Amino acid sequence: MTKFVKGNEAVVMGALYAGCELYFGYPITPASEIAHGAAKWFPMLGRVFVQAECETASINMMFGAAGAGKLCMTATSGPGFSLMQEGLSYLAGAELPAIVVDVMRAGPGLGNVYPEQGDYTPAVKGGGHGNYQAFVLAPASAQEMCDYTVKAFQMAAKWRTPAIVLVDGLQGQMMESVSLPEKECPRPDFSAWAAQGEPKTRENLVKSIYLDAAQQEEFNIHLQEKYVRMKEDAEAETYLCEDADILLCGYGISSRIARTTAEELRKEGVKAGVFRPITLNPFPANELAKVAKGRKIMSIELDAGQFADDVRLNLAKAGLGGEAASVKMIHRMGGQVVSVDDAVKAAKEMFE
Amino acid sequence: MKVIEQKGMYTEFPRCGKPHARTTHYCPGCGHGIVNKLIAECCAELGLQDRTIFVDPVGCGVFTYYYWDAAHISAAHGRASAAATGACRARPDAVTIAYQGDGDLGAIGFNNAFQAASRGEKFGCIFINNSLYGMTGGQMAPTTLEGEKTTTTPFGRDPSLTGHPLHVCEVFNELQAPVYIARVSVADTKRIMECKRAIRRVFELQASGAGYALLEILAPCPTNFGMGAIDAASFCMNEMEREFPLGVFRDVGKGVMGAEKTVHPDSKVLAVKEVPRYPTCEALFATPDGTEAPPVEDDPGVPEMRFKFAGYGGQGILSLGICVAEAARLEKRHTLWFPSYGPEQRGGSASCSVVVSGTKIGSPTVEHPDVLVCMNQPSYERFAKDVKNGGLIIVDSSVPVCVDPPEGVELKRVPAIKMAEDFGVPKAANTMMLAALRKFKATGLKDESLETALCASFKKKPQLIEKNRTLLREAEERISL
Ligand code: SF4
Repeated sequence: MTKFVKGNEAVVMGALYAGCELYFGYPITPASEIAHGAAKWFPMLGRVFVQAECETASINMMFGAAGAGKLCMTATSGPGFSLMQEGLSYLAGAELPAIVVDVMRAGPGLGNVYPEQGDYTPAVKGGGHGNYQAFVLAPASAQEMCDYTVKAFQMAAKWRTPAIVLVDGLQGQMMESVSLPEKECPRPDFSAWAAQGEPKTRENLVKSIYLDAAQQEEFNIHLQEKYVRMKEDAEAETYLCEDADILLCGYGISSRIARTTAEELRKEGVKAGVFRPITLNPFPANELAKVAKGRKIMSIELDAGQFADDVRLNLAKAGLGGEAASVKMIHRMGGQVVSVDDAVKAAKEMFE
Repeated sequence: MKVIEQKGMYTEFPRCGKPHARTTHYCPGCGHGIVNKLIAECCAELGLQDRTIFVDPVGCGVFTYYYWDAAHISAAHGRASAAATGACRARPDAVTIAYQGDGDLGAIGFNNAFQAASRGEKFGCIFINNSLYGMTGGQMAPTTLEGEKTTTTPFGRDPSLTGHPLHVCEVFNELQAPVYIARVSVADTKRIMECKRAIRRVFELQASGAGYALLEILAPCPTNFGMGAIDAASFCMNEMEREFPLGVFRDVGKGVMGAEKTVHPDSKVLAVKEVPRYPTCEALFATPDGTEAPPVEDDPGVPEMRFKFAGYGGQGILSLGICVAEAARLEKRHTLWFPSYGPEQRGGSASCSVVVSGTKIGSPTVEHPDVLVCMNQPSYERFAKDVKNGGLIIVDSSVPVCVDPPEGVELKRVPAIKMAEDFGVPKAANTMMLAALRKFKATGLKDESLETALCASFKKKPQLIEKNRTLLREAEERISL
């Protein structure tokens, strides 16, 4: 079954196929179509849609629903995502699987509703309090907004962690063809730890509190070890990298701009390739190191350089300090999108 | 407090970190200790331990999971009612009980508690009012009495600066949905007996799925009152009860006040419709809704085409773009459509972009359109200069072309608005433009695909399909090359 739908609608379709049972959300542009789709389709499948009174409520409703052992989600944009940071920390602290879709808009503050990628750091580095991370996926098309929403649920369940689908306003509004999954995923069984109100779960306790410092440290170590293991699910896409002299790095919408830029550069005789992380956390560091060695590197992004810094960090950690130091960036902010013309020009300047 | 073989409680409390602990963490004379015991008893006596999900607060009640023998979810400060909403929606057959204090429910989490009550969530909220923040060291809560001394009202609560005590039951009693609202106390034996009856009622209502219940319990906090247990209890009975009178505000079971759901029976506009139900995602999405399309096929021989459509809102610019995108989908092309959105779409001008390609589409933005369709002057001025060398601009004849198009760009003027008016269908100016696109072979798409796409766009108004098909054909004849 193929549908021509907005990215935001594709997210809801993916969530339903993934077996998401409950949606909690508060309206915000440019994410609202996700709530609209959920309000219509969840009840049609006998599932739950709740319009929350605020984003703080949405994320804490998820805490309760996930704590009760069901797959659930919310969707929001920048200001709402900020409000959810405390809740994300609690979800991670109680090791609960739940999905937040952040359709990024321009900030800071009220900003505007046009595309930006300025929520990279809070999404990828754990924007709330404490030592936690979320599994973060960055789809780049409506098809991927469906597919990687499914994957987000699978990763959240596998790693018992909140997962974030990080996209931007443009992707949310864009219509493309989406071929839907063949069939619904089987529901995971969380009765080993969830509070389900059933005899077999009577002993279960969902909490993020360890009053004893030694126990809290032990739990932190457990989390950190989990985050290391999570790296086995890192995912990246490369394009035209084999003979490339310059590597363009970008995620989400920027990876598509990078793709066209690389094609244009090649028409002009510059051998360009693209590295695109699909999982932003875990960051596909090995894949990056493989294609980055000895190459010029330019990041393309819609923020002040949050992503470029992470590229540098991951290169440096992989022993590619020289490459890390020479990473250049082309970026726009405030709801403006990097043009292919500008990206081509900036890349060519690196050869001057 | 020492607990000996208490119904509904664990016999030992190893969750507190000491393997054989048998005392609770509450201070002597604390109301929580008594309420904890009553809740455990009611849960056990009604045989509900297997079905119960307790949602624990942050505050002195945070450790109830040490004691109550049932499943627990330990929520964030103030968010027990939000978490209980999630839990009871996820597990409608469970008995969900949120336990909250007066800072937790009355201050930081008031709206979450209030909105949950307003929605009629199916959980019971047991709310301990001891007139201050216990755990954090006796600060003023919304429930602090006028003149009461706390660590943040060291001179006594001054209503001229901090307002008056918040009456939670009375406020919630303004709502339609709750089935039970009551205030009780645990300050003496008689009151404790009454409190137990009320707690039992809350559990019973949840066990039968009746709806939202709020039980406020006045409780002494000797530690922060700075009193012995007996004085704290009399403070609770005398000072607190004067401000917060005890009683049952509502119990639908007893017919005090109805919560019948009435959706304006006299209204012709307002109605709740039955939700059509589907057994599976496959069944739901297989149902035709006008968005289905054949799967995309790669065809590297098909060059990429980028289109921009711009004009005033109401000129059908977005649907014109969708028509072209639809035609491309019918031909199994990679296709992308996106609108100007947000406040832009509410202002005067609207625009949308379409990319059609035989291979995977990279950048979605249309910086240099191959084809630009302009229905008004501002959009001509904004976009004409960006059109690709070798590209085409189709502009409505009403638009004064004050700037020449860029070199190598062809400009065609089409009286789309005028033609639509002549046909007596002023709204069909976009169909006229589609006719122009077809006549000029500007899209690289087949004539039939464009026509089928146009007809599909009127799926919801089938009576207009034939009309628009005719308009398209007649317009095409009139437009000169
Ligand atoms: S501080 Fe007050 S509310 Fe807290 S346990 Fe002690 S007496 Fe009870």
